[in-house]
Amino acid sequence: MNAPIPNAALNGRAVEPATGAMLTVRIRRDGGFQTFAVARRPAQTILDVVTEIQREQDPTLAYRFACRVGMCGSCAMMVNGRPRWTCRTRVAAVAASDGLTLEPLRNLPVVKDLAVDMEPFFEKWTAAHGAFEPGDAPTVDFAVVAPDSPERRAVDAGIECINCGVCYAACDVVTWNPDYLGPAALNRAWTLVNDVRDRGREARLEAVSGDAGCQSCHTHMSCTESCPKALAPTFAIAGLKRETAKASLRRLGARRFRRSA
Amino acid sequence: MNAGTQAAPLPRRVAARPRAGLAAALLHRLSGIALALFLPMHFIALGTALQGADRLESFLGLTHNGFVRTAEWGLVSALALHLVLGLRVLAIEWFATRERTALMVSLCVAAALAVGLLFLLGGA
Repeated sequence: MNAPIPNAALNGRAVEPATGAMLTVRIRRDGGFQTFAVARRPAQTILDVVTEIQREQDPTLAYRFACRVGMCGSCAMMVNGRPRWTCRTRVAAVAASDGLTLEPLRNLPVVKDLAVDMEPFFEKWTAAHGAFEPGDAPTVDFAVVAPDSPERRAVDAGIECINCGVCYAACDVVTWNPDYLGPAALNRAWTLVNDVRDRGREARLEAVSGDAGCQSCHTHMSCTESCPKALAPTFAIAGLKRETAKASLRRLGARRFRRSA
Repeated sequence: MNAGTQAAPLPRRVAARPRAGLAAALLHRLSGIALALFLPMHFIALGTALQGADRLESFLGLTHNGFVRTAEWGLVSALALHLVLGLRVLAIEWFATRERTALMVSLCVAAALAVGLLFLLGGA
């Protein structure tokens, strides 16, 4: 199921620029900003602009992209102070007075120019038990999952994540606490918590608890507002908060029961 | 992690745009701290009642001071703000309410200010 894509808000602004119009692009690199001038073109995306600079003006400019159609999640960067997927963000929607400021994604180490090291992002995926756990004795038959079941709906709501890192860069809690697992990893954990075939639920809930886990979310909604796939990691994290609380109560109850028995 | 980036601290960059959600969390926290700081004063006031009406009345006499009255107005506003921002968080986390954050936070602040104004108009 595809979530509706928020039209990176053209907001009625013209897609067609005036003939001969130029765009001033400031790119953060080597500790400062370098300014480039790029011609405005119809339906031009931020990725088009960066590619044009790299191919026509400065071949040493480093950035990352692959699919150019909003599937691979590799081209995200900060555009005028906000994290965005650049292949699906049109210049007309975000350029302020014919100017663009491009920076590498927040909260991640910079490899060079606009390319960041995504390793910490994916390490947290692993730390949040982001892989499906089939258990010691996987079932031999297909699991029957009703499409309308609450669990399946909860999975559907978060499963279209493309790991672009936009939510991770938007999250203030990651900035404050670099150990915080972040919205994407927690969203992934929530989809697996709701997967009825998964056998790693208890360990996963344990992994997403604590100071670096779901309880640290301050509900700023930055991840949900920034997600280019219109997912809502805030709600996923809220679900994890509820489930971890229930798991704690269950553990407490079991301990009491054992003690009194 | 790449060897070249592992130990490097995250570079200082232009701060992300200020966001309403961050402002809401900040206001929620600050108003909560203000209320927590007020609680001991509240208990002291109640404690004086145990020592007789005169002690209570003399303690309450402090509230005629202009500074204390202003602080009371701030406290009522903080209480209202803390309440409505808490309701916002509950609506998001329990009922998965999609909100227009900036609008919702503005409404919360407006509601708190309105309560503070009512407190002033009520002859506090």
